[in-house]
Amino acid sequence: MRLKEVAERLGLEFLVTADPEAEVRGGYVSDLLSDVLAHAEAGDLWITHQRHLNVVAVAKLRGVAGVVFARGLRPGPEALRRAEEEGVNLLLSPSDAFDTAGRLHRLLFP
Amino acid sequence: MVGLDLERAGQVSTEVQRVLRRLGVEPEVVRRAGIVCFEGEMNIVLYTPGGRIILLVYDDRVELIFSDQGPGIPDVELARQPGYSTAPDWARELGFGSGMGIPNMEANSDRLEIRSRLGEGTVIRATFWRRRDEAQRGGGEAGP
Repeated sequence: MRLKEVAERLGLEFLVTADPEAEVRGGYVSDLLSDVLAHAEAGDLWITHQRHLNVVAVAKLRGVAGVVFARGLRPGPEALRRAEEEGVNLLLSPSDAFDTAGRLHRLLFP
Repeated sequence: MVGLDLERAGQVSTEVQRVLRRLGVEPEVVRRAGIVCFEGEMNIVLYTPGGRIILLVYDDRVELIFSDQGPGIPDVELARQPGYSTAPDWARELGFGSGMGIPNMEANSDRLEIRSRLGEGTVIRATFWRRRDEAQRGGGEAGP
């Protein structure tokens, strides 16, 4: 499913819109950067509470479809700028990680 | 690179990927080298006052060499084990220090050599074979 449709259905707000047409194939929930590098898959939507600059680097390296910041936790302007430069989709979820992941799972694997 | 400079950390690996792509290196090697470089650069930033990363591109392989003037690794075999970490709390709160850095470097390179001397520093060389037959012989990526 396209990222823009996922965002619409889950009520996610785009913070950085690099490629709204990106295909979302799954999801991954983690706050450990090395864990994401090791186990997330390209095309996953990465749900996290981390919101510093390195999140953008990890997202780019792993080739995830986008990063979703849970519980309305907004990243700083530096992270937004870096994501724009690197072409990484960043989104904000008003709900917590459990709820966001649960609804994403139902949407992708009904 | 300068130690504890988390702002700039992460930029080297994306730059390395850009350079490798421009040189026409295979996408699979570009992807793995990016991940290894990120882990290596985070180790330099988190644990040492500074260090260097050298990228070497040959016809048959790519090498990443990380060298630092840090405290050294007391027990390299322990550091190779998943879950072992000496990261301070502040780093763990940022999502580092899960004890997966060196295991990730091993999983994503075809050969990982670590030389460390206490109080002097550490040198890590990661090799990526560019030919398919040799990449498979070298171990390649870990399973799912």
